[in-house]
Amino acid sequence: MRYLLMICTDESTTGALGPEEGKAMLAEYAAFGEEMGRRGVLQGGERLRPTADATTVRVRQDEVLVADGPFAETKEQVGGYYLADCKDLDEAIEVASRIPGARYGTIEVRPIWER
Amino acid sequence: MEGAVARAFHEEWGRIVAILIRVTGDWDLAEECAQDAFAKALERWRRDGVPDNPGAWLTTTARNRAVDRLRRARIEATKLREVAMTSLDGLPGTGGGGPAEPDGSGITDDRLRLIFTCCHPALPLEARVALTLRTLAGLTTAEIARAFLVGDQTMAKRLVRAKAKIRNARIPYRVPPGELLPERTSAVLAVLYLLFNEGYSATEGTDLIRSGLCAEAIRLARLLVLLMPDEPEARGLLALMLLHDARSGSRVNALGELVPLEEQDRTRWNAEAIAEGRAQLGQALRRARPGFYQIQAAIAACHGDAATAADTDWAQIALLYGRLSELTPSPVVRLNLAVARAMAEGPDVGLELVDQLENSGALAGYHLLPATRADLLRRLGHDAEAAAAYRQALALAGSEAERRYLGRRLAELARDAAP
Repeated sequence: MRYLLMICTDESTTGALGPEEGKAMLAEYAAFGEEMGRRGVLQGGERLRPTADATTVRVRQDEVLVADGPFAETKEQVGGYYLADCKDLDEAIEVASRIPGARYGTIEVRPIWER
Repeated sequence: MEGAVARAFHEEWGRIVAILIRVTGDWDLAEECAQDAFAKALERWRRDGVPDNPGAWLTTTARNRAVDRLRRARIEATKLREVAMTSLDGLPGTGGGGPAEPDGSGITDDRLRLIFTCCHPALPLEARVALTLRTLAGLTTAEIARAFLVGDQTMAKRLVRAKAKIRNARIPYRVPPGELLPERTSAVLAVLYLLFNEGYSATEGTDLIRSGLCAEAIRLARLLVLLMPDEPEARGLLALMLLHDARSGSRVNALGELVPLEEQDRTRWNAEAIAEGRAQLGQALRRARPGFYQIQAAIAACHGDAATAADTDWAQIALLYGRLSELTPSPVVRLNLAVARAMAEGPDVGLELVDQLENSGALAGYHLLPATRADLLRRLGHDAEAAAAYRQALALAGSEAERRYLGRRLAELARDAAP
């Protein structure tokens, strides 16, 4: 069963990391990716650019409406994701709890709508 | 005969539903087939007499019904084969050999899987409670709705949503593995404790003791102790429930007012329940792994031991609250510690602790904080301050019985103050 693990963190905190802290964070993610890769649960995952670079698009009455910024102004924003193939929710929870961002942000675990 | 079916329902419902969920993976089908089996029992047992092993009869009937329903629904052949071939080993009296578990046979009782899935932390708390009552205890949706003061539709929706999440997010149907077990066991205990507390002191409305919920909580705690005999906190929780429930008959007077512990008629306490609670607690403590529920049960046992309020060993109770406070740093526990020390060492000691709590702001809006302050001030003879605190508590109290009790205290103060 596949789950999308969305990493929601406060950009103002992660954006304010010094070079050393930033490097340490990346190293943690690399270690996580390597371990989960060995286990074979990860099917993909990427880090996202901050919401300052986000654009929202809607189509209303055939008109394409483009706006700057994220879909919703919230304290925490999706900063990255993993797509994980897990046995059940308990395994997905365990994988999510190991994501470095879980220690200062929130991981939203969403089952993929399988047909 | 109806009695035999009712008894079998109490004893077998959860087990049958639990087995059918494992075998079919379909929660609704499991409930419906269990229901059908009991309906059939009413009709057949009247005609043919009650079978030697009602549980086995009901399980077989429900299982056959499930096979039948799945066949008729032309469900994919693999699933059907799985059901038809699922061994009945471990079911009592079905020739599977071996008595009903748990017997150390290593066969997991399906009810334990069911209870862990119902109480999974990925479900909202209110859904965990409702699901446990529906699938394990066999309460109807309407009964659960009434117990929690919500409409039938609301409760039905809550149950449907919970079952959908179990299916869609794939919440596993199993007893959690070792590393998850302690955390998930406390989640199960918390649901049963909440259930008992809902029954013991309704937070709303005029019906202070919805004893039906207490009885269900005790039954489920007994089941958990049976299924997890090595878990001292499960036994501690059962002991705690028994010791509190023993006092339920004297907790409210004929006028529906809350009677405080010190004024309760102790001859009306249920001695049998107290004895059993103490025995269960003793067994739990022997494992030397004390915890939240065991310590609370020990406190309840101290009260149960005292023939009169004046005989209460408050020093021991204060000691236990101290342990509890180290274990779970909660402001409510600190408030209870303050009450116990007030009784053991004097109201001024307690008042100082209560004032510290009040200044911390941790219990703002909790009616028992001003109520406790009021009682201590009254004992110290500060009537005017006590009256003000009673009024504060009165404005915050949720249940009718508690409001009446506080109102009575306030009236007594006013009467004493009158020339």
